[in-house]
Amino acid sequence: MTRLPTLFIDGIGFWSPALPGWAAARPALRGEPFEPAAARRPAPALLPPAERRRAPDTVALALEVAAEAVAASGHDPAELPSVFTSAYGDLGLLDNLCSTLAAQPTLVSPTKFHNSVHNAASGYWTIGTGCHASSGALSAYSRSFAAGLLEAATQCVADHTPVLLVAYDGPAVGALASAAASEGLLAAALLLAPKRGASSRWSLQLALQSPSPSTPALRSAAAHALARNAMADALPVCEVLARGSADDIALPLSAATGLQLAFTPLA
Amino acid sequence: MRALPAAIRPLAVRAYTATTAAGIGRDALLAALRDERSALRANDFGPTPLPTWIGRVEGLEDAPLPPALSGWDCRNHRLAWLGLDADGFLQAVSAARERHGAARIALVLGTSTSSIGETEAAYATLDADGRFAPEQRRPQVHTLHALGLFVAEALGLGGPCLTVSTACSSSAKVFASAERLLRLGLCDAALVGGVDTLCGNVLFGFNALQLVSPEPCRPFDAERNGISLGEGAGFALLERDDGGMAGLQLLGYGEASDAHHMSSPHPEGLGAERALDDALARAGLGPERIDYLNLHGTASAKNDEVEAALVQRRFPPALHASSTKGITGHTLGAAGIVEAAVCLLALEHGLKPGTVGAQTLDPACGPQIRLHTASGPVRVAASDSFGFGGNNGVLVFGRGGAVR
Repeated sequence: MTRLPTLFIDGIGFWSPALPGWAAARPALRGEPFEPAAARRPAPALLPPAERRRAPDTVALALEVAAEAVAASGHDPAELPSVFTSAYGDLGLLDNLCSTLAAQPTLVSPTKFHNSVHNAASGYWTIGTGCHASSGALSAYSRSFAAGLLEAATQCVADHTPVLLVAYDGPAVGALASAAASEGLLAAALLLAPKRGASSRWSLQLALQSPSPSTPALRSAAAHALARNAMADALPVCEVLARGSADDIALPLSAATGLQLAFTPLA
Repeated sequence: MRALPAAIRPLAVRAYTATTAAGIGRDALLAALRDERSALRANDFGPTPLPTWIGRVEGLEDAPLPPALSGWDCRNHRLAWLGLDADGFLQAVSAARERHGAARIALVLGTSTSSIGETEAAYATLDADGRFAPEQRRPQVHTLHALGLFVAEALGLGGPCLTVSTACSSSAKVFASAERLLRLGLCDAALVGGVDTLCGNVLFGFNALQLVSPEPCRPFDAERNGISLGEGAGFALLERDDGGMAGLQLLGYGEASDAHHMSSPHPEGLGAERALDDALARAGLGPERIDYLNLHGTASAKNDEVEAALVQRRFPPALHASSTKGITGHTLGAAGIVEAAVCLLALEHGLKPGTVGAQTLDPACGPQIRLHTASGPVRVAASDSFGFGGNNGVLVFGRGGAVR
């Protein structure tokens, strides 16, 4: 079993239409009764006003939780390497592009095309924050959060630097919904750090294990309501962080490998 | 003053291969580089081809997947399979799996298209309810990570498996992810690479952005007027170097962001230069040690202008630099690995490719950017890959024993 050196979680972000923000999400993901909000989509301050409306839903999602995690951490976003992970990217854009191509291909919108790259959110984030550090965009299908967490953790250790992890997915729409399964909007972000700092709230020990474990069961009604989003593999970690107690969970990562995660809250 | 990354121990490149319009495998690519021969053709892809030139891989239509993998069928996976089955690469992977165990082989592949061409085909054959026809309801094909899922299953790999999708830097960044996994002991071998295929999204998308040339692309040419799109597959097998110090090596890598615009580069190449600095720092080398630099050189007005300026200000005049996209076209998510393969061929064969497609170099080019192929010892070769969203990757490769 290979274990990484202990890392720290300096900031957390979360957004769903019923739980817009970590403060709203925490009690709900702990299993406490909650009044679900009915937010449509985030309006991240990082985007200029016109872009706030026009940016794809997934970009708005990603930027919102990224900003929340960074603000909680007190780190300077312009210095942070980042890892963006999503199973599908923006399925609304994909449906629009494929429909246009099937009907009138020369009418493909240039803006929709450059917004459809998987690293669109990463691009908008680095542009908005003036960040020249490395930014990655990943997918691992239904294991995208686990893969993103592994990538962010390895960068954090390998380069001895805080790293921002941003995970998000949106709903499948149109014809693609018959082959892609994802409902609603869900995003989560973690600010990982290689050493304990003033804003560190958790320590995290990460190891690889084989064989791959089964998906941990969700415990809260709030998480169950989000389980059909393609980024659902983020929810077990979000529940641990919401509960606030030391806990070990294992996430499937690939055919024969899983992530063993040990979370310890810091006093 | 920003602290540069520390130097890394080189990784061994145990095997590599690339398949593009120039043909299947290393020998075909080497021949095209030596002969300065473009493999571009007038666009004949799809029902209503745009007037442009493309780098199309011959014969994919007649190269179905093996029966056991037929559920994965799509152009991107056919090209992946064709690419994997060249140069004894499958055997090299198999041997690594025997050596280390399936769970200790990581798989990190870059792609921008993945199998979106198959999704486009599904949209053209919707049923009466506007849903995919039954034979197209394949969730593991109609998703970005399809390539990774396919290769993991086809090769029986069980270690960490992820898709990197950062446009044109994708299959350069895979080397960086793999280096970290290997250095931290999270795997004992890593299969890296990438596959992108021609499709409507790419052809009509780049066309909508007015980045596509109606002629074969002319990287760094004074009269250049846009890119030629291509498809390609490439792979490399990396391991921690056991100290044998012979053979090909990954010496360094750099990743950085322009923080400027989604579809045009930073005018001063800020992110590109930072990626270069980090790659050289990890390699423990100065720019004067690079014998061959493979440029991103897409033949877009902006990329080539910015990249030419970067080369001029950071490298000595003796550097031999070129773009090879005039041979293969711009293979997008596969450009990183295809051009890494060009660097590895340069190291193995003492070959410094020229810039096919260019006739008269832009006056903004310094003495480094070369029209023609040259021969001579190549101990260190580097490659630039700069993508949409200002996502930049630079790789440095060497021949073992030649560097330290």
